[in-house]
Amino acid sequence: MVDVLFFAELQELVGDEKLSFQAEGMTVKELKASALAKYNLANIDSAMIAVNEEYADEDTVLASGDIVAFIPPVSGG
Amino acid sequence: MDKNVWITREPIEINDVIAKVVRPEAGAVNTFIGTVREFTKGKRTLYLEYQAYVSMAEKKLAEICDEIDQRWDNTETAIAHRVGRLEITDIAVVIAVSTPHRKDAFAASRYAIERIKEMVPIWKKEHWEDGDLWIGDQKQEKSYENRIPVKGEMENG
Repeated sequence: MVDVLFFAELQELVGDEKLSFQAEGMTVKELKASALAKYNLANIDSAMIAVNEEYADEDTVLASGDIVAFIPPVSGG
Repeated sequence: MDKNVWITREPIEINDVIAKVVRPEAGAVNTFIGTVREFTKGKRTLYLEYQAYVSMAEKKLAEICDEIDQRWDNTETAIAHRVGRLEITDIAVVIAVSTPHRKDAFAASRYAIERIKEMVPIWKKEHWEDGDLWIGDQKQEKSYENRIPVKGEMENG
């Protein structure tokens, strides 16, 4: 399984901070197009991607146990 | 607490952050304190809500300390960021940098806050009298090319 984390407005749209999917072998892009499509996350393409707490691109292939996070534009400070 | 960067739900004690960087080699300690502003472009904020991807945010804050150490000679940096509900004038972030001479301490603490706004996974939600909104991309200068944040220029305030 792959855990997927959502923050800020994405978390509110999904209604959950974490979901788990059978996404082993998929790229992040494929994950978005398949499992996440039903959530209608209009802004997900403006979010950065982190895999295991490091920024990554959407061609990253996922393995079991990976943690994917969608990082909307940040506004700390 | 032995680490130099941390995310907390509790009020930040400024002196806790400063104490991390005070040392005999330093002739300067510069602090930056970010606080919750009431009016932004004429609109009144009632309160803010900060959220963080805590484990990754602390890792990225530590990376900023490392970047500062590479760009300036002989620095020590500490950063604390608060999350949860913050009221007007509450402290959201405290940065302390110590260096042998003042010029580098000013420059490095400026660098730290700019980098936080670029790439540390922390978000704020503005709550107004007539609604609320998660705020993003305050610097409005990134392309998110390849979806990986790059080190930005620092001309924006």
